[in-house]
Amino acid sequence: MEEKLILFKNRKRFGIEKNIDIIFKNTTLVLSSLVAVVLFGIILVVFIQSFESFSRYGLNFLVTSEWNPVKDEYGAFTAIYGTLVTSLLSLLITIPLGVGTAIFITEDFVPKFVREIVGSFVELLAAIPSVVLGLWAIFVMEPFFRDFFAFLHNFFGWIPLFSSEPAGRNSLLAIIILVVMLLPIVTSIARDSLNQVPKKLRNAAYGIGASRWKTIFSVILPAALSGIMAGVLLALGRAMGETMAVTMIIGNSNAFSWSLLSPGYTISSMLANQFGEADGSQVSSLFYAAFVLMILSLVVNIFAQWLVKKFSLKY
Amino acid sequence: MNSLYYQKKLSRNVGDKFFTSLSVFCAFIAILPLIFVVTYILIKGGAQINSDLFTLEPNPPGDDLDAGGINPALIGTLIITTIASIIAIPVGVGGGIYLAEYSKGGPFSKFIRFGVNVLAGVPSIIAGVFIYALIVSTKILFGSMYSGLAGGMALSILMLPTVIKTTDEGLKLVPNELRYASLGIGASMYTTILKITLPSAFRSIATGVVLGIARAAGETAPLIFTALFSYYYIVGFEDLFYEMGSLAVLIYNFALEPYDAQNKLAWAASFILVISILSVNIFSRILAAFTETTKRV
Repeated sequence: MEEKLILFKNRKRFGIEKNIDIIFKNTTLVLSSLVAVVLFGIILVVFIQSFESFSRYGLNFLVTSEWNPVKDEYGAFTAIYGTLVTSLLSLLITIPLGVGTAIFITEDFVPKFVREIVGSFVELLAAIPSVVLGLWAIFVMEPFFRDFFAFLHNFFGWIPLFSSEPAGRNSLLAIIILVVMLLPIVTSIARDSLNQVPKKLRNAAYGIGASRWKTIFSVILPAALSGIMAGVLLALGRAMGETMAVTMIIGNSNAFSWSLLSPGYTISSMLANQFGEADGSQVSSLFYAAFVLMILSLVVNIFAQWLVKKFSLKY
Repeated sequence: MNSLYYQKKLSRNVGDKFFTSLSVFCAFIAILPLIFVVTYILIKGGAQINSDLFTLEPNPPGDDLDAGGINPALIGTLIITTIASIIAIPVGVGGGIYLAEYSKGGPFSKFIRFGVNVLAGVPSIIAGVFIYALIVSTKILFGSMYSGLAGGMALSILMLPTVIKTTDEGLKLVPNELRYASLGIGASMYTTILKITLPSAFRSIATGVVLGIARAAGETAPLIFTALFSYYYIVGFEDLFYEMGSLAVLIYNFALEPYDAQNKLAWAASFILVISILSVNIFSRILAAFTETTKRV
C-alpha cells in the first residue's frame, strides 16, 4: 500500500500524453476555424465565378430584366424584384400573425397544455421540408385559392398588384407558402422574447390600473421589441433564400409584371431552374445572381445579430 | 358609475375582448397549415404505400406507365445524409469543443460564433452553388461531375452550424465542478473532455445532431445540381461517384411532372420523409421534456 502510494506520487505525466493533449487542442482549434474557412470560401468562390458577368454587365445587371441565353444578354431585375417583393410581403403578413400567436402562447387565455400544443404545432411546422410544402401547395393550396384569386382580380383589378388574369402558378401563392414557412420562425423567437420580459413589469402595469392589452401594447411588446425585430430579420433572410416551395409554385417566368397574380421569379428559383442546364456566360450570370442573393441575406443576417447584441434586454 | 364591478360595456373591456379574440384567431390560423399538410400527406401518401414502393426503381415519366417504386431515392437519401453526417459531425463537435472548452471568450471565439450564425443564415441553395463551383464543375473528385458525394458535401455545409451550436451550448451546460474534479485528480484536458464533459453533455448534443440530420434529410435545394437525380438502383461503392437520387429531389421532379402516376409517387415519398422527420422531432421533444423533469446534478 505504502509502496503503491509512493509510486503514484512520483508518477509524472508522460511526454506522449502531453503531446496528445496539445494535438487534441490544436485539432479542435483547426476544426472550429473551418467554419470561417467555409464561410469565406463560399463568398470568395461565388464572387470569382461571377466575375466574368460582373465585368461585362456591371451594375446594369441589377436593373435590366432581359434574360436571353440565345443573345447572351443577362439582367436579373425581375428575379431581384421578385425576391424582395415576395419576402417583404410575406413578412408583412407573418409579423402580426406570428406575434399574435406568440402572445396567445405567452398569455394565459387558455390552460397551459392547450398553449403548449399550439406552440409545438407551430414548431413542428418548421420541420416539414420545404419541398413537401411545395408539393402540397401545387396540389392542395392552388385549387383552394383559385376562386379567391378570380375574385381578387374581378373586384380589385384596378390595383396594379391584382391587374392580370390569375395564372395557375403565381407570386401570390409563393407569398402564401412563404407565410407558412416564416410563421414558426417569427412565432418562436417572439415567444422567447416575450417570455424573457420580467414579471414585475407586468405587475407594475396591472398595479396602476392598466388593462391586459394596454399592458401588452405599452409595456410588454416594447420591452420585447428588439428580440422580435431580430426574429423578423432572421425570417426575412430565410424568406429571401427560400428555394424549393417558391420555385414549385411561383411559375418561373422572367417577364416582368407588377401583378402578383402573374407568374414571377426569385433569385433562388432562377438558380434552381437554370443551374443544371446552363453553360457559358449564363453560368457566370447565375453566379452573379447568387452573389447578389448571398449579399442580401448576409446583410440582413448580420444586421439581425447586431440588433440582438445591441438591444438585448438588460433587466 | 364608479362601481368596482366588472363592466362589460366599458371601452377598455371591449377592447380587451377584441384583442384577445384576435390573438386566439391568430393562433388558430397558425396551427391550420400543419394540420392540413400532415392530413393530406397521410391521406394522399398513405394510400400509395405498398411493398413495391420500397423495392422498385421509379419508371421514367410517361403516359400510362406504372410509376414503380422509390428504392434508389430512399437509399440515396440515406447515403447522402450519412456522408453529410460523417463530414459535419466530427468537424462540428470538434469546433464546438474548442469554443466551449478551450476558448476564453476572446476575439477569435467571438468571431467563430458570429461566423456560425452567419453560416446558418446562408441560403441553402448557395451551399449547392458553392459545391457546384468547387467540385462538380472542376471534376475534382476523380473526374466525376454530379455525384452523391458532392451532394453529401453540400448538405454537410448546412448541418455544420447546427452541430457546432448544439455542441457549444450542450458543453456550456455541464457544471464546472465536474471539470475541476477531473483536472484535480490529475486528468489531462483531453481526458477530461472525452471522458467527463462530452459524456455528460451527450444527450443534449445527440438530440441537436439528430434534429440537424433530420433537417438535412429534407433539404432539396443543395442537391438539385450537385447530386442530381437517378432512376437506377444503387448497387456498389462506385455509385457514390455518379448521379444519385434522393427522396427530396424525387418529390421536386415528380411533383412537376404532368403525369398522375409520378405525382402519386411524389406523395408517397413525402409520406415517408415527413413521417420520419416528424417522428424524430416528436421523439426528441418528449425526450427533452422527460430530461427536464428528471434533471440530475
